[in-house]
Amino acid sequence: MAQGHFRVWRGNAEGGDLVDYDVEVNEGEVVLDVIHRLQATQAGDLAVRWNCKAGKCGSCSAEINGRPRLMCMTRMSVFAPGETVTVTPMRTFPVMKDLVTDVSYNYAKAQEVPAFAPPPGLAPGEYRMAQEDVARSQEFRKCIECFLCQNVCHVIRDHEENKQAYSGPRFLMRIAELDMHPLDSLDRKRSAQDDHGLGYCNITKCCTEVCPEGIKITDNGLIPLKERVVDRKFDPLGVLKQKLTRR
Amino acid sequence: MTRAASPSLTAGRATIPARTLRTDRWWQAPLITAVLLTLWVAYATVRVFTQRAYFVERYHYLSPFTSPCVTASCPSAARDLGTWLPHFPPFLPFGVLFLPFLLGFRVTCYYYRRAYYRAFWQSPPACAVAEPHGKYSGETRFPLIIQNLHRYFFGAAVLLSLVNTWDAIRAFQGKTGGIGLGLGTLIMVANVVLLWAYTVSCHSCRHIVGGRLRSFSRHPIRYRAWTFVSKLNAKHMQLAWTTLATLLITDGYIALVSAGVFGDLRIYN
Ligand code: SF4
Ligand code: SF4
Ligand code: FES
Ligand code: FES
Repeated sequence: MAQGHFRVWRGNAEGGDLVDYDVEVNEGEVVLDVIHRLQATQAGDLAVRWNCKAGKCGSCSAEINGRPRLMCMTRMSVFAPGETVTVTPMRTFPVMKDLVTDVSYNYAKAQEVPAFAPPPGLAPGEYRMAQEDVARSQEFRKCIECFLCQNVCHVIRDHEENKQAYSGPRFLMRIAELDMHPLDSLDRKRSAQDDHGLGYCNITKCCTEVCPEGIKITDNGLIPLKERVVDRKFDPLGVLKQKLTRR
Repeated sequence: MTRAASPSLTAGRATIPARTLRTDRWWQAPLITAVLLTLWVAYATVRVFTQRAYFVERYHYLSPFTSPCVTASCPSAARDLGTWLPHFPPFLPFGVLFLPFLLGFRVTCYYYRRAYYRAFWQSPPACAVAEPHGKYSGETRFPLIIQNLHRYFFGAAVLLSLVNTWDAIRAFQGKTGGIGLGLGTLIMVANVVLLWAYTVSCHSCRHIVGGRLRSFSRHPIRYRAWTFVSKLNAKHMQLAWTTLATLLITDGYIALVSAGVFGDLRIYN
């Protein structure tokens, strides 16, 4: 048993500040354990969202020493002895109270992506696909919707005004997933660029860096989607081919 | 800073004035990237503009910075592809004919974009570190929208890699004619193998060989090609840096041998 030094952001939409706490830390604990101990012993009204404590529900996203992470998957042993651990809410979303943010931006963006559209005449249960056709999408299905990638993406993190035009890595990846789906019958390329703002992404890969599921969001989702958009919108040969084959 | 004026702080977000709360050395990676890229570009610029010591006639070592040599300004032995153009005035390096394509390939490369957007444009300098710009439109407008034509530079790079391959084959020339092998040959071969690996691992290449398909099971051969390119693609960053190094080593070695600083280490003939 040892003492840890924590700084936790306390406040709400009106304002707030970092508050210092000395708190007990035991071997094998994660940051969320210590936050829970704070809640139980010194700060009964500290707001924190969590659910599974197993890195699977995506509820406990926060920023720990400035890095977007899941509180339940950040072991205390990664910090040097005596190191101050600073815990703040995700910056990109409006704060509700303390460590809890309002992530409804993400739900709004999710709704703007049209659902999987099977070809007409094919009923559920009649879908036949080979494993290699769905393998690419399966990587993206590991997403736990923690929204850490959305939070770290500088397009909206540093520019609130881009939220309107930009859906963020999580939902561009969803569009990529559907565009690669062998049975999806919509063409999502043009809309990825025009309605969801794919062009704002400058592939600097922070989404990939923070994803707790280790999904290669940029390399396997966003860049392939950019290439697909080029086929449809920018490559003169691709555009010509489209015009010819559409007749 | 511009950030104070940005609405980001007033949109009901937590009031955290610090640009970042990161405590690690986040500035290290962009700094190293900026220094290395600047040094490399400086070296290449000097080499291309001085136009000296780029060819060792005896063993037919031609620097990748000057290949293919197709103007009358090059030594005739280096003009394997023929003479397409007359003498260039001395201030105009004949590298201007092909280097723009190589440069364009690297400048529009998805990896290098990430590197220089972070290191030079600071957009963002590192993850969860605020960028210093008030406005941001990414690659949605001119000029950055041109990045979308990367695949055409990929095409050009494939052609130039073929030329480099030919140069490496020619570097098996012995001092008495016939076949020979020297350290220079090995360096040129290693360089061209890595250049191919970098070129083939390109994201546009990955898309063209199979990535654009919706169904892999209907295109088994392209699926295998895509699988192969995908494996290389995962190492694209490493290949980008390694090939910068091998290009520099190849050119530097040829320069030193050609200038007579030391002789080529011959293994055979
Ligand atoms: S790679 Fe694109 S989507 Fe991901 S964080 Fe960077 S800008 Fe945002
Ligand atoms: S892609 Fe990764 S970081 Fe983004 S929401 Fe899903 S699990 Fe979280
Ligand atoms: S509590 Fe579920 S992911 Fe952390
Ligand atoms: S060369 Fe890097 S992505 Fe094409």
